[in-house]
Amino acid sequence: MNTITRSPLASYGRLTTLVAIFALGAWAASSGLLNAILSYWGDIVYLAGQHLQLVFYSCALALAIGLPLGIALTRKPLLYHADAITQVINLGTTIPTLAVLALAMTFLGIGAPSAVFGLTVLTLLPIVLNTIAGLSMVPRHLIEAASGMGMTDSQILFRVELPNALFVILAGVRTAIAINVGTAPLAFLVGGGGLGELIFTGIDLMDSSMLLAGAIPTAILAIVADFVIGQCQYWLIPRGVNPLR
Amino acid sequence: MIRLDRLTKVFGSTTAVDGVSMEVPAGAVCVLLGPSGCGKTTTMKMINRLIAPSSGKIFIDGRDTSMLDAVTLRRSIGYVIQQIGLFPNKTIEDNICVVPDLLGWDRKKSRSRAAELLELVNLDPAIFLRRYPKELSGGQQQRVGVVRALAADPPVLLMDEPFGAIDPINREVIQDEFMKLQAELKKTVVFVSHDIDEAVKMASHIAIFRDGKLVQFDKPDTILANPIDNFVADFVGSDRTLKRLRLLNVKDAMQPAPVSVVAGDSLETAVSRMEANDHSTIVMVGPQGRARGFLHLNEIRGKKGNVGDHVEALPGLINIEDDLRNAVSVMFSHGVTWLACVDHDGFYKGYVTQRGITQLLGASYRE
Repeated sequence: MNTITRSPLASYGRLTTLVAIFALGAWAASSGLLNAILSYWGDIVYLAGQHLQLVFYSCALALAIGLPLGIALTRKPLLYHADAITQVINLGTTIPTLAVLALAMTFLGIGAPSAVFGLTVLTLLPIVLNTIAGLSMVPRHLIEAASGMGMTDSQILFRVELPNALFVILAGVRTAIAINVGTAPLAFLVGGGGLGELIFTGIDLMDSSMLLAGAIPTAILAIVADFVIGQCQYWLIPRGVNPLR
Repeated sequence: MIRLDRLTKVFGSTTAVDGVSMEVPAGAVCVLLGPSGCGKTTTMKMINRLIAPSSGKIFIDGRDTSMLDAVTLRRSIGYVIQQIGLFPNKTIEDNICVVPDLLGWDRKKSRSRAAELLELVNLDPAIFLRRYPKELSGGQQQRVGVVRALAADPPVLLMDEPFGAIDPINREVIQDEFMKLQAELKKTVVFVSHDIDEAVKMASHIAIFRDGKLVQFDKPDTILANPIDNFVADFVGSDRTLKRLRLLNVKDAMQPAPVSVVAGDSLETAVSRMEANDHSTIVMVGPQGRARGFLHLNEIRGKKGNVGDHVEALPGLINIEDDLRNAVSVMFSHGVTWLACVDHDGFYKGYVTQRGITQLLGASYRE
């Protein structure tokens, strides 16, 4: 990866963080909290799997709807209605997620489908908005050059517009997934399962070790997901249009 | 090669291009010139159908372009724009190969062609092929922009102010490089510009536009010597005669086969040769015929001795292939009214005088 020479201060900061984490772990172990959390290991693994499924399906749906929608909103027939349509999508984010979940539940019933629906609505906006922003940021003269050289409209889209918009689009996907993973615990409230089950039950029972058994893996999942997309952004986007490289 | 027949484009209530007819012969560089908003760019973009004509026709090689598929047509026409338009996501190699790839050329063939083309514009393929556009300077990018248009070897090239965004020093260099390429490749080029100096330098034909109409279509020297109306005269500038100097070579204005002396001649011989030709100076040449120096009639009259003992250094020399602008510049900087002209090897070929240049420029005005 990048070989930025770190300043001595930064490496002290890293060291301090590591020491702090180690101290926290040592404290957790000695106070018995770690053991208490680990006693939920079986639940954690099972619920994390459910959690990931919710995230996966809702993100896949959001991508499958959001990317084509974003592209369509920058094309001729829909271009003039783009503002109105993004306002509608905006509602999905403005309405509190809980309300969306509750509404979804009245139509789709209790269970994972309602949760996936709610999460999809929530994730859609950053993907659509960034797809539109990325595509409209592609300079006009590139498109003119491309059509002047004899590219068809779809060749222009796939060979010129999308590659040049990819960084901004992936930034939207990254935001969307981070929001998604962090919001997925709410799925428990409509019977969707996931790590929310440990968190909310922990809150109700005032059992902090149970709560943490849900919250810590959720946080780790969010960080890992963000890291993975970040790496995709770094490696998948051609060097010529990648500000990171 | 390219024939426009009463080409017209109407945008809403404005007529951008109004009944333009002209014919660009094969191998010509035709510069469309005019102030902004005169319809020159619209005219050019109608040739590759980026803009659809409202009426009128365009023929390339006798074929009506409106009968061809627009995409196929564009792939057979090279296109260079002012903003260069290299694709930032592609390497230089892939940028050059855009059209060959669209045409489905063999990958090996197109990639080796990319390397050849880079060498044509003095960019080392080993260094530049794998780079991305952002890693090149503006001048380097536009060189790539030009060779990209040449990649599939199209007979016709459209250039929309291609050197407009490049700094003046680099612009001159790239213009010269392009002229050298063009002399070799002999493409039919339609070139949009608003810079009269660029037009005079590059064009074999100039088309001057005003308010969508073609005002004058002629060879550069004719346009400078005989502008058809006040608009053209104003547009080409009140110094248009000076601009013509650039279009004429020293050898056009030169007096050939001059008399000369050699170092061993006596001064009497020199004087009698000058008087016989009614000259006040004479050039001394070396044994092979290279210009060495000169003698002034008033300085040597009545003196005795050899030419070699009284010779003075030549104030300036001019190559016969140079344009008259350089010749006049050398004359002014040395404060003389004549120059000895030599060829590439330094052999004395003739002399050019201010009077001779004035007469040459005047000749086409009197016609």
